[in-house]
Amino acid sequence: MRSAVGALMLIVVAVFFVSFENQERVERHDTLSAYGFFTGSLKSLNPAAHVIPYTVNTPLFSNYAEKSRFVIVPKGQKAVYNDSIAFDLPVGTILIKNFYYPLDFRNPDKGKKVIETRLLVHQSTGWEAWPYIWDEEQTEATYDAAGDTKTISYVDKNGKKITTPYVVPNKNQCKGCHIRDGKMKPIGVSARQLNGNYNYSARTENQLIYWQRQGLIDALPAQEQIPALAVWGDVRNTDLNHRARSYLDANCAHCHSRKGPANTSGLFLDIQETDRAHLGVNKSPIAAGRGAGDLQYDIVPGQPHKSILVYRMKTNDPAIAMPEIGREQIDKEGVALIEEWIKKNTF
Amino acid sequence: MKSLFVYILLCCALPVVAQKEIQKKIQTQFIDVDDGGVITLPEGNFHFDASLSMDGKKNVTIKGAGMDKTVLSFKGQLSGAEGIKITNGANITLQDLTVQDAKGDGVKAQLVEGITFVNVKAEWTGGASKDNGGYGLYPVQCTNVLIDRCHAVGASDAGIYVGQSKHIVVKNSKAYKNVAGIEIENSWYADVYDNEAYDNTGGILVFDLPDLIQKEGGFVRIFRNHVHDNNHINFAPKGNTVGKVPQGTGFMILATRNVEAFENKIVNNISAGTAIVSYYITENPINDKTYNPFPSNIYIHDNYYERPMVKATSKGRLGKMYKFKLRFGKKVPHILYDGIDDPAMKERNICIRNNSNATFVNIDAGNKFKNKSTDMLKHDCARPSIEPVVLSSN
Repeated sequence: MRSAVGALMLIVVAVFFVSFENQERVERHDTLSAYGFFTGSLKSLNPAAHVIPYTVNTPLFSNYAEKSRFVIVPKGQKAVYNDSIAFDLPVGTILIKNFYYPLDFRNPDKGKKVIETRLLVHQSTGWEAWPYIWDEEQTEATYDAAGDTKTISYVDKNGKKITTPYVVPNKNQCKGCHIRDGKMKPIGVSARQLNGNYNYSARTENQLIYWQRQGLIDALPAQEQIPALAVWGDVRNTDLNHRARSYLDANCAHCHSRKGPANTSGLFLDIQETDRAHLGVNKSPIAAGRGAGDLQYDIVPGQPHKSILVYRMKTNDPAIAMPEIGREQIDKEGVALIEEWIKKNTF
Repeated sequence: MKSLFVYILLCCALPVVAQKEIQKKIQTQFIDVDDGGVITLPEGNFHFDASLSMDGKKNVTIKGAGMDKTVLSFKGQLSGAEGIKITNGANITLQDLTVQDAKGDGVKAQLVEGITFVNVKAEWTGGASKDNGGYGLYPVQCTNVLIDRCHAVGASDAGIYVGQSKHIVVKNSKAYKNVAGIEIENSWYADVYDNEAYDNTGGILVFDLPDLIQKEGGFVRIFRNHVHDNNHINFAPKGNTVGKVPQGTGFMILATRNVEAFENKIVNNISAGTAIVSYYITENPINDKTYNPFPSNIYIHDNYYERPMVKATSKGRLGKMYKFKLRFGKKVPHILYDGIDDPAMKERNICIRNNSNATFVNIDAGNKFKNKSTDMLKHDCARPSIEPVVLSSN
């Protein structure tokens, strides 16, 4: 009798653990709408109450696509603060990033077209990347691991009609950027990227303070101790070096850092890097192939036209272009910033 | 698998939409394949507008119907810096297929423990051109690398390039019409044998470069290779280190220690059958304080040398060196040593013994070529044999 009770107890405990495990695993749905992230029409991207919007100080350039970002942190749990890499987020966290084009960049009210939505999901086994591609009717996005090539059209900020290919990366290519020490990791949810204001429906507020008030983050230090990237395109900011280093940090350092997949090159562009040679100053390229063009060094101080860094930003040839993906177009404003930096900065 | 095969057969007229579907199917297989699985690609020509990528897999084989039978063409590729990219895996085999006209590198494998290429061709079909991709077969930061019966054609840097890797065998392969045929760079324990490298700018290169994560390489054996007619004009983009390799180089050791080359046939390479040089010869600045730019513990023995009575190249910086400083005329020595002294190491153990037909020169490049010497006896010594590479599967 006692043993029967014992066995029953064991079963109950086992069932409890199994169901607990199941709870921790986020189920992947074939359609984006099935998650219930958004209320109203899907394409409006209106977040449900538990879905927190956020932005970053300096985003990664992605073919001039605009992005809207959201995070879901499981109830009662918190991100753990650190000052150098993406926060440690609890299992069950979902990061949602939507890529879209305003039909007319001069007038956002004319509507937008959403191309893809990428989810980063923190399972107990690690982070997973789930890409969704939107249909032409803009009613649904469907899971697609293989990526796709789209043709997109929009009117740019100068009123020019642009028609261009847009390559939706495949699932593995997500990891091409989102990898650190061999493991899939988020990038943008770091102190230096989130330390800026967001226009919440109630009021505009520093995102980290907001997260703290909402109980989403732990161990936030005093405001003045939190690093911040510059808003790279903010021309009122006269700290050219900080703007340029912020741009390089956001656009290059996910690969070009000591622990990133481009560490084979010896070129490290994260904001913490202090070694001039590793930053590219008078550094010969390694395994750059055609990427070097006929140029000798990554950065030649004062001479952007002789710097490989600029050369690789100024083309959309896939063999040369940096970053390697999301670059069917050239970030003209980014090029201008880095050219100015190489011209004027004292290295 | 079978349905994909039938599908591909049905679509052999290959309208663009069908090609796009095939691309999607193959890419999906690369993502969904289970550990231990085999992806079989049928005979035919398949076009891709983006890289094919595989990540985080173990014990997977990607198998075509044969070199030149299963052809994956990346001509007109819109995205991705390589044709096929394999990352963060273990024991991955790529065999029996051809990768053509990738915009960047042909096949790149990074951080794979156990990567095997068998009977794979990486080529650029338009012939040698600076607009071709950099590397044909390109394992980097890998361990247990096997390249067997492969071909590499037309790379604007190196046809077969193994970088920052450990335990490497490259054998029975052919590299031609590349800037560098086969290159081993900052890599430990490599055996390169029974290969044919011809019509490249430089046939086989063993390099150690500064500013890298894997700081150094060495214990490289180059043997029984046929390294001939590597007189192709250098078409690398200028900034690349291989852009400095003079047209007409058979075999070059740059700044690497513990290299043994033996029983190679080194024939008709007009500038340097064998060059043993320090990084200073590139005239690039060295920022990396931990870098050792000098070759040492080199053993060149039992090789066969032959060259025609023609002048060395006069192209590039090193061509100018031949023309204006070395002035060998048509009698260019087979083996060239730059003679630049290492202040930290007096005896460098550069041993040259028992080669057929070999002639030698120490060009004394550190002293403006003042005391250039053809005395090979100073280097008549033997070195202990380097242990053969044993590949292990993980």
